[in-house]
Amino acid sequence: MTETADLPQTLTEIVEDFHAVSERERLELLLELSRELPELPETYGGNYHEQMEQVVECQSPLFLAVEYDDDANTAQLIFSAPAEAPTTRGFASILQQGLSGLTYQQILDVPDDLHQRMGLAKAITPLRLRGMSAMLGRVKHNIRQHQGQRAG
Amino acid sequence: MTEKDLSQYANPEALVSTDWLAEHLNDPNVVVLESNEDVLLFETGHIPSAVKIDWHTDLNDPVTRDFLDAEAFAEFASSKGISPDSTLVFYGDKSNWWAAYALWVFTLFGHQDLRLLDGGRAKWIDEGREVTTEVRTPQRTQYPVPAQRDDQTFRAFREDVMDHFGKPMIDVRSGPEYTGEVTVAAGMEGEGALRGGHIPTAASVPWGSAANEDGTFKSRAELEEIYTQQAGVGQADEVIAYCRIGERSSHTWFVLQHLLGYPNVRNYDGSWTEWGNAVRLPIAVGEEPGEAPRR
Repeated sequence: MTETADLPQTLTEIVEDFHAVSERERLELLLELSRELPELPETYGGNYHEQMEQVVECQSPLFLAVEYDDDANTAQLIFSAPAEAPTTRGFASILQQGLSGLTYQQILDVPDDLHQRMGLAKAITPLRLRGMSAMLGRVKHNIRQHQGQRAG
Repeated sequence: MTEKDLSQYANPEALVSTDWLAEHLNDPNVVVLESNEDVLLFETGHIPSAVKIDWHTDLNDPVTRDFLDAEAFAEFASSKGISPDSTLVFYGDKSNWWAAYALWVFTLFGHQDLRLLDGGRAKWIDEGREVTTEVRTPQRTQYPVPAQRDDQTFRAFREDVMDHFGKPMIDVRSGPEYTGEVTVAAGMEGEGALRGGHIPTAASVPWGSAANEDGTFKSRAELEEIYTQQAGVGQADEVIAYCRIGERSSHTWFVLQHLLGYPNVRNYDGSWTEWGNAVRLPIAVGEEPGEAPRR
């Protein structure tokens, strides 16, 4: 399907899951994903506000950290969002499940219109969907910056 | 903590405490409606018996940038188990932004008994009160189609704003949105405007000024200090409030209409996404309200 031709495998599966169900059920799927967002690792525990950066474009507080493995050229994504922001958590969970552990290049190659691929346009305001796009943009920005630092 | 005395407000009936709601949850005439900014939040747990309103999909016309018409509203209210004599209690996240918005939309259709839960969802949860994920299917009612959606009394269009110059107007957006420093609110990209600034003569009172830290409304005396004195609304008969798309200003509309009792308060829901983008409309930038345009 055209929505997934240029996506890495796990993301493809997630996008296909969204398209396999009705519009109403897509919200339930997003809710399920929000519940699957991993707990913050203990190393971030107490002072995550200092160790993570806030993605301010999101309507609810979202914190992001990227852990780099320069030997494998892969990145782990860590997100934190409060329980009272399930939509934000759902978006973060899609990116976490779909991208974490992939190579820098694979993540950079993810199309910027990913947030429009899940068929959520009717159920969720464009504004909220753009929050997801901002998350992806921030992840890519961090990876590019990291690569730049290594090169420099 | 002692319970706040709601009789201080102009319309004490418009606000209920969490205690009141807890006592009236099983009252057959009370319908509790949750309206959140986050469309998934209701599903994670809500006040028992509450029914969800999705402000984005339930209240708007799918084609025109407008609210439901009278027929669609009647159908919507019927599907939520609402009758014309129901006591409706609205609550939601983010200090009741979207709850106030839903309440204001219901006002347009003439529903009489509309109330807001003081402190909203956060206060209920912080107090450790019961929440459930069990979704109640409302028993369908037959809500008669209202004679009209009243777009005159509580709602302003841009032409009304033009005619209003010289009378008090309140811009409830953040400071940087008001001055024109930014064309979108932080985190609200996509609801921006071509130009930054405010409607000339509007006073800046960010909506959050009306709320305490726990999301409850400030006392009437504090609200009078902020709106009547500082913002210069004084004893005006007519006030217009606006924000970006009309939802934050619904919160301020509620304050001016129900808590302070101004006789004629209208919400300009076209707000900055219309005014800041429209051809031939004047704007003001910077911290000063600016001059009314010459007619």
